[in-house]
Amino acid sequence: MNPFTLFANKLSILFRRTRFRSELDEEMAFHRDQAEKDFIATGMPPQQAHTAAARQFGNATYLREQSHNLVTFRWETVAQDLRFALRQLRHNFGFALTAVFILALGMGVSVAIFSFVDAALIQPLPYIAPNRLMDVAENSSMFPRSNLSRADYEDWNRLNHSFSSLEAYGGTGYLLRTASGSEPVPAARVTSGFFRTLGVKLELGRDFRTGEDNPGGAKIVILTHGAWLRRFGGSTDIIGHSITLDGAAYTVVGILPRTFEFAPRAAAEFYVPLLDKNGCEQRRSCHNLFGVGRLRDGVTPQAAFQEMRAIAAQLEIQFPGSNKGQGAVVQPLSKIIIGPVRPVLLTLLAASGLLLLIASVNVASLLLVRSESRRREVAIRGALGATSARLSRQFVTEGLLLASAGCLAGLLVSNWAIAILKSLVPKSMADNLPFLSRVGFQTHAALFAASIAILTTGLMALTPILRLSFQDIREGLGEGGRSAAGRFWQRMGANLVVLELAVAVILLVGAGLLGKSFYRLLHVNLGIDPTHLATLQMAAPENSYPKPEQKVALFREITRRLSALPGVESVGITSDLPIQCNCDTDWIRIVGKPFHGEHNEVDERDVSPAYLPTLKARLIRGRLFAEDDDSSRSQKIVINEALAQKYFPGEDPIGKKVANGDLDPKSVREIIGVVANVREGGLDDDLWPTEYQAMYYSPGTFVAIAVRTAGDEKAVLPELIKTLHQLDPNLGTYGEITMTDQINSTQSALIHRFSTWLVGGFAIIALVLGVVGLYGVIAYSVSQRTREIGVRMALGAQRSTVYKMVMRQAGWLTLAGIGIGLGCAVGASMAMGKLLFGVQAWDAATLAAVAVVLGTASLAASFLPAHRAASVNPTEALRAE
Amino acid sequence: MKKPDLLPGTLDMLILKTLTRTPLHGYGIAQSIKRFSDDVLTVEEGSLYPALQRLLLQGWVKAEWKMTETNRRARFYTLTAAGRKQLGLEVSQFEQMIAAIGRVLSEPA
Repeated sequence: MNPFTLFANKLSILFRRTRFRSELDEEMAFHRDQAEKDFIATGMPPQQAHTAAARQFGNATYLREQSHNLVTFRWETVAQDLRFALRQLRHNFGFALTAVFILALGMGVSVAIFSFVDAALIQPLPYIAPNRLMDVAENSSMFPRSNLSRADYEDWNRLNHSFSSLEAYGGTGYLLRTASGSEPVPAARVTSGFFRTLGVKLELGRDFRTGEDNPGGAKIVILTHGAWLRRFGGSTDIIGHSITLDGAAYTVVGILPRTFEFAPRAAAEFYVPLLDKNGCEQRRSCHNLFGVGRLRDGVTPQAAFQEMRAIAAQLEIQFPGSNKGQGAVVQPLSKIIIGPVRPVLLTLLAASGLLLLIASVNVASLLLVRSESRRREVAIRGALGATSARLSRQFVTEGLLLASAGCLAGLLVSNWAIAILKSLVPKSMADNLPFLSRVGFQTHAALFAASIAILTTGLMALTPILRLSFQDIREGLGEGGRSAAGRFWQRMGANLVVLELAVAVILLVGAGLLGKSFYRLLHVNLGIDPTHLATLQMAAPENSYPKPEQKVALFREITRRLSALPGVESVGITSDLPIQCNCDTDWIRIVGKPFHGEHNEVDERDVSPAYLPTLKARLIRGRLFAEDDDSSRSQKIVINEALAQKYFPGEDPIGKKVANGDLDPKSVREIIGVVANVREGGLDDDLWPTEYQAMYYSPGTFVAIAVRTAGDEKAVLPELIKTLHQLDPNLGTYGEITMTDQINSTQSALIHRFSTWLVGGFAIIALVLGVVGLYGVIAYSVSQRTREIGVRMALGAQRSTVYKMVMRQAGWLTLAGIGIGLGCAVGASMAMGKLLFGVQAWDAATLAAVAVVLGTASLAASFLPAHRAASVNPTEALRAE
Repeated sequence: MKKPDLLPGTLDMLILKTLTRTPLHGYGIAQSIKRFSDDVLTVEEGSLYPALQRLLLQGWVKAEWKMTETNRRARFYTLTAAGRKQLGLEVSQFEQMIAAIGRVLSEPA
């Protein structure tokens, strides 16, 4: 046969389709008339002849349909189905709208969360061959990953064969001279091959050259794109010009591209070569750098780790005083960068996946209810000759239409949700999450959305088919079909509802545990009174205050002037504010106790005399610092309870002495007091032993100021800065924040708040959808059993019995859902254990609360249909059928 | 009395053969097949029409509305050259098959 003739003939018929139909009808009518006439001619009565002619002719509708199918194109039936489906959905607009809304919500949320997961965990870091980049660090018993000392780095760099290049970086800050004074800016010091090792090409100017990081080298600087735009207006003239950092001239040699990101030093605006060794870097025992290395071809991370560990062991033998217990750790750079957000993102992804599951199940059960109410329509169409394939195609078309609408709306929702979620991440946190700039609707997200769309569409299309194939279509016409179908639907719908309730339990438990963690985190014992406490950071320019006495004088003047401000009760100065990190540590040994090179690591804080009283830290024994605890007298320290318990168990530590590992007489200091633990590390970090040294003994350049106020602490912040600048316009000030705000915006608090709110939101939606699903099942089952209930009541059943009957069914479903859900929830919570703080995955109170909430909501939802059932009028119920 | 159904795939051939003699309308074709087969071959008469549409689409027959002797409008089908060729093809295939079946049946038991 010739496909072209066929196509041309079909096409010509397409344009005279109506005529084709009427001609065919006429032809067939003519045929039957002729046959009838011939039968009459043989003497048959007219009525009988008519019937005989029709019988001989066959099923006219079916034959006409066959002829139509011959001349129509395949797509025409699809279009026809679509038109029909649209009409169906328009008739049930409420149903369609609900389904589309639920699908859009489920899909939109999960695609949005996925786009974050994609940007953070799936997309490679924006470097060349990022999987060959390793984070290289030291490690000790207290710190699984600790900074490298510069001397160790130099030895590691010299001795290793695993890395084609091994670079070091460390954070720093400078006072940048600006038109209006000076401003503290975050910066990073890096070895000269740093950008080459990452594989970053500069946008303008040149990279550091090999050797430009040698001590005594020229002062040069590379700017980030952001700093270049913000501070120098993006002018290309800046290359070759000098800027003043800490009073010294640095020549700008290059500008980094806009896309450059380096999360460990995300805030840095300036990159300078390591150059001269600062005080810390002259000692092998002082750790202030991190390493990043590119593996040589063929070297595995494991092999590199083994080699670095061997080198560290060798250095430990060579330098027992400084390197005792110092190992090495090599891990993928990506692990360091995405580590902290990984559990949050995976939890959110899982939660949004569960929400999507609930949404799909909900829509699927809506579809089931609908296919149920259309059983008669289906039966009639089947009786008229529609094959079950044809009917299925109709349902698939409807499912497809619904799913496509839902998915399209879902894409809109996801775009919108991405924007909202991005804006929800606070600025302070966003700085440390450079991957946020890569979040968007990209290839992976599109693929993810497509696969979700295919899955949901499949589900939507399959549900009614499954429903149809389970049942003989003809049954629908008969009276008796009803109860059988009702049972089927109840079984299927009931399973779906149990699934929905179980998923809702998982989400509710997750949200409950996260919420409890968040509460515990914010109510952890701080050891200070965080209310009415204003804080800010300050830098005293080294060239204005080079000598310790000058700094002490400055700090005393600052304390005096700020204390005089109205509403200020007291003013303290410290090297580090509380609730920052277990960092800026010191290694101590106890004078007069046996020592074998133990690694006694403690937090070290330099504080002004008024600092601890300003925080309202509680003095337990001895005394705090006095104004005259300065370099004119012997060095003294105040320790916290943790230090006292760890190193002086059962002893009075007052009067005891500690020193550095080598017992250098200059390092010996006397303990004069013990304070209750002040939380120096993050909210979810362990409490560390801490020593407080007198700030006036050895004042630093970068300090933090804490101000206790009588009233609103936020209101005094601008006043503090103004006063400092009146004292000396060259004082750099930044980071002004109240202690309460600071606690609320610590990374752990933010991560907890973020996950609590999102998972909580998902859980509430899940609860509503689950309960609505249960309501649907019970209500439907009641409507199906109206007659049965009528019969029971006619036979004398009490209303209470009917209530019991309905509520028992709902109760079983709820129990099953809650039971299965609680089991899964404990498992799921254990998987997100890293996010939990101060609460176990099997926290009984949370589990019980969830069971009560869901149980109450479910029973309330089933009460309505139960009430309806109990109000059935027996006579009407019996007559209705 | 149960009569044998038409062999599958032979309806097109029978229609084409019937039309070699003279143009006919659908009813005429049905009557003609019945008569020439001595009432042995019966078809559900209506199934002629999907078959006729198929033949029309393939271009093996042509159709044209004419008046019958009783003055009613009816669609008359005429064999085309392509249809004649197709008939030859189908007949020869059919005869080959019948001969093959015959050989199998004449095999001594």
